[in-house]
Amino acid sequence: MSEQVHGYWIIVASLLLAAVLAVLPLTRVLLWWRPEWILLVLLYWTIALPHRVGLVTALVVGLLADVMEGAVLGQNMLCLAVVVTLARLMYQRLRVFSLLQQASVIFVLAGLHQLITQWLQSLQGGGASGFVFLFPALSTALLWPLVMPVLRELRRSYKVN
Amino acid sequence: MLPIKPLFIQESNLGLRLFLGLVLVGTLLLADLRYSGLATVRSAIDTALTPIYLIADIPSAIGDWQDNTLRSRQRLLEDNDRLRRENLVLQGRSQQLASLQADNARLRTLLNSTALLRDDVLVSEIIGVSPDPLRHQLVLDKGAEADVYLGQPLIDAQGLMGQVVEVGMTTSRVLLVTDPTHSVPVQVNRNGVRAVAEGMGSLDQLAVHHVTATTDIQAGDLLVTSGLGGRFPIGYPVAIVSAVERNPGEAFARIEATPTAALDRARHVLLVFSQLPDIEPELDPGEEPLE
Repeated sequence: MSEQVHGYWIIVASLLLAAVLAVLPLTRVLLWWRPEWILLVLLYWTIALPHRVGLVTALVVGLLADVMEGAVLGQNMLCLAVVVTLARLMYQRLRVFSLLQQASVIFVLAGLHQLITQWLQSLQGGGASGFVFLFPALSTALLWPLVMPVLRELRRSYKVN
Repeated sequence: MLPIKPLFIQESNLGLRLFLGLVLVGTLLLADLRYSGLATVRSAIDTALTPIYLIADIPSAIGDWQDNTLRSRQRLLEDNDRLRRENLVLQGRSQQLASLQADNARLRTLLNSTALLRDDVLVSEIIGVSPDPLRHQLVLDKGAEADVYLGQPLIDAQGLMGQVVEVGMTTSRVLLVTDPTHSVPVQVNRNGVRAVAEGMGSLDQLAVHHVTATTDIQAGDLLVTSGLGGRFPIGYPVAIVSAVERNPGEAFARIEATPTAALDRARHVLLVFSQLPDIEPELDPGEEPLE
């Protein structure tokens, strides 16, 4: 069975756009609410094309995100690897869910992402106090019903495979 | 013929792959936390990622452009007037600077201490801020090509902002004084009491720890860099003490200070090239020193 790689650049472009959105300067009020754009896009491609995007993509993207955020190398790699593997385990179920159900799963996955980030940061003496670190998980989940149809439309019209 | 898209792909080694991935990540984490050998890797990737910072900076660049081109003649004239007045005041103040500097140098030679040399600065622009609210970092548009070096101090018009922690080819990354991992040796400008100002993760607060309850330090005191540790040049303002709380039950006073630099508003900042004062000019033996 030969699977032809097609429209791979769409995946790369969407991830780059997510990276730009991830470092876009925001006002201080919104800073805690910045959605995890990279995670959002990566999760979509993992669910839609699990034979193309998976652990290796997560590790590479995580490394770049670590450098971009100035985080300790491996922080985003770890979070993304774990979350993407989890998504990989249940992508068949996720595909048949409604958008709202998917969003709630995304909330849990993004929350896990934030939790691991929080652990790693408190290992280095930082870390947020209270539940403020879960705000990005909420905003990521709220964006899923908006972002997912856009990416799906892109995937269909460019026949990304 | 359309290729048949598999609904269930082979997942036989998912666990093993995750395990290998986690081992790799763990190695990287340890290497980066314990040893700093990965700095070159980091700066190489950072250099490659420069376009992303530049694209993310476009909205603020457009704002700047609007500010510059769509400004009314009236406002330009007002600005011009104000700046001219400011310039006059500053020039007036700096008239005595030359003689004061010479004075200072003479007195210092009398006291056998090393002379303070003037610092050179490089104007640089902020093109990115850390997306993580807990990590107070900036990305600047000057890098190794402009001779930026690791540990270089960064100031703005009002005071010390931070230091360079990573240098790429055309960009560099700065750790602000308010980052939880940053500390700066300071002294009270009024009486020279030494202390260390530490970041707390909030952009308008520094903490001064381990100051005994009887130390003469009060709200309103200006904290300037003390030059101890050799990283920051002496005399740049860092913060103003905002609150001093002396609790008889605690060994140390609780002191909070507000950074003087506009950490979240500045766009143009100055990288300081402080000349090391301990380099003596070499003289030929037998030749009389000129001065």
